[in-house]
Amino acid sequence: MAAPKIDPMHQFQIAPIGADELIASPFQFTNSALWMLIVLAVVVLVMWGGTKRELVPGRWQALAEIITNFLGDITRQTIGANGRKYLPWVFTTFMFILAANWIGAMPLALAGAHPFTVTSQFSVTWTMSVMSFAIVLVVGFWKHGLHFFSLFVPKGAPLAIKLFIAPIEFVSFLVRPFSLGLRPFVAMFAGHILLEVFGNFIVQGLNAGSAAGGFIAALCFVFIVGMSGLELLIGAIQAYVFALLTAIYINDAENLH
Amino acid sequence: MELSSAQVIGAGIAAIGIGAAAAGVGTVFGSYLQGALRNPGAAANERIWMFVGFAAAELLGLIAFTVAMIILYAPPA
Repeated sequence: MAAPKIDPMHQFQIAPIGADELIASPFQFTNSALWMLIVLAVVVLVMWGGTKRELVPGRWQALAEIITNFLGDITRQTIGANGRKYLPWVFTTFMFILAANWIGAMPLALAGAHPFTVTSQFSVTWTMSVMSFAIVLVVGFWKHGLHFFSLFVPKGAPLAIKLFIAPIEFVSFLVRPFSLGLRPFVAMFAGHILLEVFGNFIVQGLNAGSAAGGFIAALCFVFIVGMSGLELLIGAIQAYVFALLTAIYINDAENLH
Repeated sequence: MELSSAQVIGAGIAAIGIGAAAAGVGTVFGSYLQGALRNPGAAANERIWMFVGFAAAELLGLIAFTVAMIILYAPPA
């Protein structure tokens, strides 16, 4: 008997709330929009509770201070003393991606809600990376004018090498928003496919009814538990990497090496 | 060969790149750990560059994964 086909892509489908299929209208309240709002609400709640400016910080405020200091260190170490004005955007990307990744990995399906990982859609992460890239371009051209193009030319190199390196640097600069957005998207996408496939293995192994099937199901369950932990780690690392690379790219525009 | 069989084979070949990225990520973290253990004082300042290297190495694996997914689910007609 052939096992039923595993459909790992179903979980990424965007569907309007309360309807089965997308209709030809751009104005719909989809599951993606719903979970984006939930992510926003969680971030706002955490920061609202953490920014009451108590003299003696409680746990909540300590959490908010840890995150802010952590990201403040990133901007200070990469951009320098005047990197603080970019902290809001770095903070926004970090918090949004972190909250979206973690909420999407929560086992809320046990309570009947199917969490949709917002960052598993390239359009979302791509939008954020394009905004980072736009900040880089605006800051670069605002501060340095056309001199910003010297970013592509290595300093102190012989002319022949400069001519060779400049086009490569230019292409690598153009690829940045793409690679920046691809990273969090694929990390979430791949992780959720993996969990889905191994979750299906558990069901199929139990349905097989044999001892070997039960053994494989137990093995897959242990694997999924471990992978879920790894998924949380990857979600945090991807948020950190996105914020870090945003800061480094802004540093290029701000200080122009 | 049928298209669907060729798709699966192609996706499998594309997935090899993920293993290469795994080696790259391991090298990045391993080298950082080596350096950090030899000179713990300088470790904190270089952690950022470790993550930049990690991101660059990982990206190639993610691109390999994307190519595999495109071959499997959205093959160029």
